[in-house]
Amino acid sequence: MEENKRKIGVYICHCGGNISDHVDVEAVRRQVEEKYGVTVARTSMFTCSDASQNDMIRDIRELGLDGMVVASCSPKLHLTTFRNMSTRAGLNPFQYVQVNIREQCSWAHSDDHEGATCKAAGLVGAGIEKAMRQEALQPIRVTSVKRVLVIGAGIAGLRAAIELADLGVEVFLIEKEAAVGGQVAKLGEMFPAGKKGAELIATLLDEVKKRPGITLFLNAELAEKSGHIGEFELEIRIRPVAAPGTEETVRIQVGAILVASGFAEYEPKPGEYAFGQPGVVTLAQFERLLRESGERLLHDGREVKKIAFIYCVGSRQNAETEGGNRWCSRYCCSTATHLAVLARKKFPVARSYHFYRDMRSYGKFESLYEEAGKSGSVFLRFHEERPPRVERDGDSWLVSVQDLATGGDEVSVPADLVVLVTGMTARPNDGLTRVLKLPLGADRFYNEIHPKLRPVETVIDGVYIAGSCQGPKNAGESVVSSLSAVAKAAALLIKGYVDLQPFVAYVKADACAWCGRCAAACPYSAIEQVAYGDKEVAQVVDALCKGCGACLPVCPLDATQLKGYTDEQIEAMIDVLAREAAHEG
Amino acid sequence: MSDYRPRILVFSTENVSDPGIDLAGRNKMHYPAKVLVVTLPCSSAIKPRWIIHALAGGFDGVFIAADGSDCSYVADCTQRTAATVAAVQAQLREKSLEPARVKMAAVCSVCAESFQKHMVSFSEALRKMGPAQRGFSGTAAKVN
Repeated sequence: MEENKRKIGVYICHCGGNISDHVDVEAVRRQVEEKYGVTVARTSMFTCSDASQNDMIRDIRELGLDGMVVASCSPKLHLTTFRNMSTRAGLNPFQYVQVNIREQCSWAHSDDHEGATCKAAGLVGAGIEKAMRQEALQPIRVTSVKRVLVIGAGIAGLRAAIELADLGVEVFLIEKEAAVGGQVAKLGEMFPAGKKGAELIATLLDEVKKRPGITLFLNAELAEKSGHIGEFELEIRIRPVAAPGTEETVRIQVGAILVASGFAEYEPKPGEYAFGQPGVVTLAQFERLLRESGERLLHDGREVKKIAFIYCVGSRQNAETEGGNRWCSRYCCSTATHLAVLARKKFPVARSYHFYRDMRSYGKFESLYEEAGKSGSVFLRFHEERPPRVERDGDSWLVSVQDLATGGDEVSVPADLVVLVTGMTARPNDGLTRVLKLPLGADRFYNEIHPKLRPVETVIDGVYIAGSCQGPKNAGESVVSSLSAVAKAAALLIKGYVDLQPFVAYVKADACAWCGRCAAACPYSAIEQVAYGDKEVAQVVDALCKGCGACLPVCPLDATQLKGYTDEQIEAMIDVLAREAAHEG
Repeated sequence: MSDYRPRILVFSTENVSDPGIDLAGRNKMHYPAKVLVVTLPCSSAIKPRWIIHALAGGFDGVFIAADGSDCSYVADCTQRTAATVAAVQAQLREKSLEPARVKMAAVCSVCAESFQKHMVSFSEALRKMGPAQRGFSGTAAKVN
């Protein structure tokens, strides 16, 4: 058999005792040596240690290994470690196979040593079978153009455009609205510098205009996308102000896309805390009212002296609410306390009453909470299940609550104005989501690959997310994430080429009799119909394929295969696992 | 047959259910050691012939720890995986084998407890069914 010619090395990890306390690693090593004809099988106290990695490198070089299996922890921890080790040793990193005998074996079966040992032997065996059938793969290298499309000219998008231009990357900046600035442009005085939102935006817009490398389109949306990371072909649809009712299409080519499409303010449901009735406003409406008021704070012609803020409206809704907003919107506690401070400064007669669940004015914003308290704000804390009641009382409102801060006493406060401290929700962007095929979380915000390790990357290679389209963020945090996305996009494009993971699908042309099912099943339009000899067959465009394997089960001829997960590999793994599971022990 | 322990093959996915299964281990949540996992990028990749191969070749049950709505590749991943399961179950019925030997449930990246419970209950259900008939012909169903 051909696979017997392969030279596979196996290392089995004790992980201190994390594995070897429950799995007899020596027994597993002996079995592996007897059953699989591997070139070398060793155990190690810590396979991830430098010493152990150096042993592996020596084995790979001296024994001429063409496949390597390490049985240790979850691939989430050390797959990259050992792939890098393979590269250093001169072994193709994609011929390295990680086997998880810790999280999915020793720890899960710490109550069953015999069972765990038997299972570990099976898992290692399956890893060896996979490695024996794994050909060397090369990363897929595609060229990239040094241009980026930034979607959304709010604070995150403007900042991104400026920084990218300064890095020598050409930028197309598109904005759906007729003006730049997004949500921040609507804000008054911002904490802590006291600069108004519109002023911040004007400063950024000036900077944008100074840079010839930035092209700004207003009233513009992304309409079509084709191509792949490094070379996206895009269609931008613009509604020119000069010719209302008409549309213009601009075609551009970019190497990466940075999405900074922002958030939408939560709109309370009719009747939610009397929303929709006079004297009940959202946080943004109150902000505007405060900013636009002259000598007196007037609402609907009546002077406002007592303001009741009700917190967490549209945020932190409980798990039982169907489609409820489970998240904390992060900026609203700080904003509401800030507005109370500003209101008091501008209108000394104004008194604020805060009906809150938990005060989350984190970091520097804590000083706003403190200042609000010092300037006469009263804080009343309610339980999630006993929200405040808002009732009409003549011309004004009466807000009642069981105040947890005073042992659950019923407290009623008359109020001229009720401010619903509304949170952030995902901005409806169905068109954009569809064009980019960006995954949404259960919260409808765009999803990053990993919140800590890859916080601005998406599963669509070359498409980055920044700012509040990803989840609630304040303006400062939006800018930070936008600069992260700039760094990722620029790092990608400045090299001039992109290396892609090679575990993509392929079609066995001889077996294929083009029926189109694989192309229809592919979510990324990565399968084309091409001529092959005197027949038509399917062909995978490597740079477009994400390696999901959705084309596998639909092929009636088993012609579509996924590298690293071929029928041969999977079925050989299943055979070993079945055999080992059959052992009664 | 009282000490018969069913053998279960689990198909998990790299970014969604595998982290959930890892978490079960990290929390020392025990489930039968006859549960063995093969990891794929996405549950939409699972082929009926692999499931048939497993049942014909020694496993008593196949559990698909599906991406569900958390799938980052395919929007209708759940429906696609369900179609694969349905195709296999139909084929099992034709051969007078128990369709309940194939089970699918979404297991998210933090669904450790739910995975553990699924494994314990699936194992118990298979134990009552007894070992699967081996070596039936494995012409695989197709999903269309």
